[in-house]
Amino acid sequence: MMDDALHLGNVRFTNRLFTGTGKFAANAQIPKMLAASGSQMITVALRRIDTSARQENILAFIPKEVTLLPNTSGARTAEQAVRIARIAREAGCGDFIKIEVITDMKYLMPDNWETLKATEILAKEGFFVLPYVLPDLPLAKRLENAGAAAVMPLGAPIGTNRGLETKPLLELLIENCTVPIVVDAGIGRPSQAAAAMEMGADAVLVNTAIATAADPEAMGRAFDLAVKAGRAAYLAEMAEESALARASSPLTGFLDA
Amino acid sequence: MSIFSTIEQYQGFDFDRFFAGVTDAAIERALTKEKPGPMDFLTLLSPRAASHLEAMAHKAHQLTVQYFGRTIQMFIPLYISNHCTNHCAYCGFNHNNPILRRKLDLAEIEAEARAIARTGMQHVLFLTGEAHHLTPMDYLVDAARLLKRYFASVAIEVYPLAVEEYRQLQEVGVDGMTLFQETYNQEVYKRVHPAGKKRDYHWRLGAPERAAQGGMRVVNIGPLLGLAEPRSEIFFTGLHALYLENSFMETEVAVSLPRFNEAEGDFQPDYLVDDKTFVQFMTALRIFLPRAGLTISTRESAAFRDRILPLGATRYSAGSSTGVGGYSDLKVEQTPQFEITDDRSVEEVAAAIVAHGYQPVYKDWDRIE
Repeated sequence: MMDDALHLGNVRFTNRLFTGTGKFAANAQIPKMLAASGSQMITVALRRIDTSARQENILAFIPKEVTLLPNTSGARTAEQAVRIARIAREAGCGDFIKIEVITDMKYLMPDNWETLKATEILAKEGFFVLPYVLPDLPLAKRLENAGAAAVMPLGAPIGTNRGLETKPLLELLIENCTVPIVVDAGIGRPSQAAAAMEMGADAVLVNTAIATAADPEAMGRAFDLAVKAGRAAYLAEMAEESALARASSPLTGFLDA
Repeated sequence: MSIFSTIEQYQGFDFDRFFAGVTDAAIERALTKEKPGPMDFLTLLSPRAASHLEAMAHKAHQLTVQYFGRTIQMFIPLYISNHCTNHCAYCGFNHNNPILRRKLDLAEIEAEARAIARTGMQHVLFLTGEAHHLTPMDYLVDAARLLKRYFASVAIEVYPLAVEEYRQLQEVGVDGMTLFQETYNQEVYKRVHPAGKKRDYHWRLGAPERAAQGGMRVVNIGPLLGLAEPRSEIFFTGLHALYLENSFMETEVAVSLPRFNEAEGDFQPDYLVDDKTFVQFMTALRIFLPRAGLTISTRESAAFRDRILPLGATRYSAGSSTGVGGYSDLKVEQTPQFEITDDRSVEEVAAAIVAHGYQPVYKDWDRIE
């Protein structure tokens, strides 16, 4: 069987579900969710990392074999994102960085322009940069040229659970980009994660839907199965949907006889 | 354009008549709309909507979990001065109250900061009364700079400032601003603020937007429930928050719902908000403003705070002292600005939050120099 691993940065991922650390009722749920989902990459906001001895450190809940994807949540400019990335690296969080620059606190839309600027700088510094953006093909190509390790377009506004509202735009990215496409934000149900993978997304990042489920561990497992099913369907080259009915016994077959 | 022009549009609006016309069908519509507008919000604030409280609570809970998860941001207030030139009829720091006045010097603020830091708190809100000559900008800047060495997030609740002054504080590390309008009703405002700089309704009303312009990341507003008719007060608070969200997309907006409590002096509020109405206000605000922070202070009792955790709250103060010098052993007379009802320690509040299935978050901000 062919090797279906996803290569990102210097890591080989055999699981295509990326997860997050936000919104859990207790940090102790995180390692259980990771074990149940098999997720090998998890994102954490640098601003949430508390290294003071007084309170629990969120990093202590992430097993060593899971790759850390620190994110720049809270940054309003490229400059701030760059500084957060450097601090994350110095703090021992590795070379991966999810660029998240949000200047709109109402809808939490990523600022594509600032994100591109930060990506250009950080890729040159040797980071594996995963920029979180609105799905915009020309921008995605620029990110690729700037050295992004992957592009992470949103499916729907963050935290909304509305699924793949940007589907036609995501398709363009999937078809035309050479770097992996990771659908991030908006995925609220396992079926939506499966749909993203069927389309040919290389991975999905799911946080809210897992963290806020009544049973995050079981929901992590459900997403893992959905991502695997969607990926398997993509690899099996699903039949296209068709607007026209096709009888399984062709009506004009006799003409070729 | 400022929030005042929005408020003016409702001058002479007959709230009672509107409430009398609210039907169950209108309430159900307001509850199922994806984007409820101001009139839907007002519908949910109507006396009739009290009979739909359970449905409102479910919707508020679902929205809060969706946008904030099962987390509560923790913060602690630090009073650094109780000098005040205002005569707010309801306040323990009222200029006319014969209390011991005290302004902490930097060494004392540092002692307080050390004591607070030992509790694990990382987000601090520092407060003063309004006394420009005694607690001028230089003093606020020095205090902010000092506190920034001890805390991940430093916010202010001081007298209204100019844009440039907010910016000055932002530059030394202040990331949040809290200021309550107390009442949006101009007549009542005049009556309860008979003297002092606070008499200027407009200067105070414009302060949250000036703070946003000055670069504050979080702006927290609120009415003091009990001064004027509370349903209309919450309505204007919601409109004010919406105005700030729409005008300053980079700013996170939060709302507090302080209600009367015995402060020093003998002030009798004209209106009392009971628990059921309080919950109706909270849930209506959450439904109208799904992404706004909702701050619940220690004015509320421990038992009540525990019960309302899932109904829309996102920020809790804990371990609070509302007197000057209350954390370290400064032996200052402890005349509080208002009475604290939830007097549990930080640890006890955190344990209660955990016991109710929520995560107390101590640190959710870092200033990147």
